[in-house]
Amino acid sequence: MKMADLPGITVKNVTVERNGYRALFDITFEVGQGTLVGVVGPNGAGKSTLLDALAGVLPIAQGTVDLHGAEVRKGALAYVPQRDSINWRFPATVLDVVMMGRYCHIRWFRSPSKRDRELARCCLERVGLWKCRSSRMNELSGGQRQRVFIARALAQEASIILLDEAFSGVDVGAQEGIVEVLQSLRDEGRIVLLATHDLTNLAERFDQALCINRCICACGPPDTAFTHRVLEEFYSSHAIDSSETRLDLEAPVR
Amino acid sequence: MIDYIVAPFQYGFMVRALIVSLIVGVMCPIIGAYVIIRGRAFMGDALAHSVLPGVVLALWLKISIFYSAVPAGIATALLVGYVSRRTGISDDTSVGIIFAGTFALGLVMLSAGPIVAVNIEDLLLGTVIGVSQTDVFVSLGLMAVALVGVYAFHRQFVYTTFDPVGATVVGIKTGLVEYALLALLALVIVMSIEAAGIVLVMAMLIAPAAAAHLLSRRFVGVMLIGALLGAISAVAGMYLALHANLPPGPAMALIAVGMFGAAAVTKRRWTVRQEESQQPG
Repeated sequence: MKMADLPGITVKNVTVERNGYRALFDITFEVGQGTLVGVVGPNGAGKSTLLDALAGVLPIAQGTVDLHGAEVRKGALAYVPQRDSINWRFPATVLDVVMMGRYCHIRWFRSPSKRDRELARCCLERVGLWKCRSSRMNELSGGQRQRVFIARALAQEASIILLDEAFSGVDVGAQEGIVEVLQSLRDEGRIVLLATHDLTNLAERFDQALCINRCICACGPPDTAFTHRVLEEFYSSHAIDSSETRLDLEAPVR
Repeated sequence: MIDYIVAPFQYGFMVRALIVSLIVGVMCPIIGAYVIIRGRAFMGDALAHSVLPGVVLALWLKISIFYSAVPAGIATALLVGYVSRRTGISDDTSVGIIFAGTFALGLVMLSAGPIVAVNIEDLLLGTVIGVSQTDVFVSLGLMAVALVGVYAFHRQFVYTTFDPVGATVVGIKTGLVEYALLALLALVIVMSIEAAGIVLVMAMLIAPAAAAHLLSRRFVGVMLIGALLGAISAVAGMYLALHANLPPGPAMALIAVGMFGAAAVTKRRWTVRQEESQQPG
């Protein structure tokens, strides 16, 4: 079965509790295969909590998350975490990290096969980092690190890729490169969910915007989801009034 | 010079001591590599102290310490993991409480229980010269078990050390992996107590692996270079002890710590030289 033929993600009435309080409640949305989704909201809105719940890292108090079988297929779900949840003391080269994507496919007491190594090489070439394969992760820029984690997700053969604040600490040029890679993954039929604060990138380059502020505020194509009311709720008057923000110049605010 | 090298091989007890020291020198840094990169050095120290009740029990029952201290160490390791997961208190607080409690229990057992013909100093600083042939075989057996455990869990240890959230998402049972690492750590610590002692086992666990961390770009390199440095520390420590009439445990620990100092200086010089070569002009 091709990736594009697989069903997508269905989330119904989901409530998630974190540290004893309701971080998300009554979340309902659907995402089809081959969709690039931006999860957007103010700080503390529950963007990371939503990704954690979808990934199975956080338990769901109420409701259902249906990944249509992806949760039981080995490696179908990949997660690119926030920068601070990675142990940067760990001495790993770029190739080592991409090979981690193959771990879930390698049996106990077996070493990586020729196919595993070949796949890791292809994934690194695809994100343009094969030349950096021997570099240590802590020697790379923020954008390069994100591309390594995307290569790891590719090596894992994931059909759903979740990225938490992938643009954090990444310059604008590198963001462009990341979005291009994500779009190519979308074109292959994968679902990509990315939590971000970058509304401009989202408005122009993503298929769907999921606006949350502990509950769903809007969900749909960015030009319909980014209403004046939603943006005002998220960012007060700052984001929509300041003439210096890129959003004002480029995003289709209604 | 030749005499200096072959002298220990004239005595059976020295050959046994060298074998056990070598096992300790190799195994401690292999597990120590995970410990330092996870930032769990305190856990290693705590575990070494908390096997004392098991050691005292072995002395009471007149059996090898391996039979009681290995289960005691593994039980303590599992208890630490369980307490921090279940109570929500921080990891190092849980370690501190259990470490202090079990070490105190060991000391109370030693003073209040049946009289045992053992010097507390030997327990704390090691008695590798006194190891029996059975101890050598048990050490070799435990080393084989620990190596199989490391080989089996290596990928899980690596993934959960580098990216615990990502590891959970791909289905790695992070709790189980943590317990497995603690159990292997307990095993290696107990193996090492006769050679290095309760207090100094920490030096063998941490110093060679930390030195290797400064010198290697890859995790496997940290394990292998650490094992090599650990083996050198163990053997050189034994020779130093024999020829300078020093206790072997502290001699080994001192050489391991000295190697870390040398690695730190080497790394610093190498970094400065690299920075200079990258400067224009």
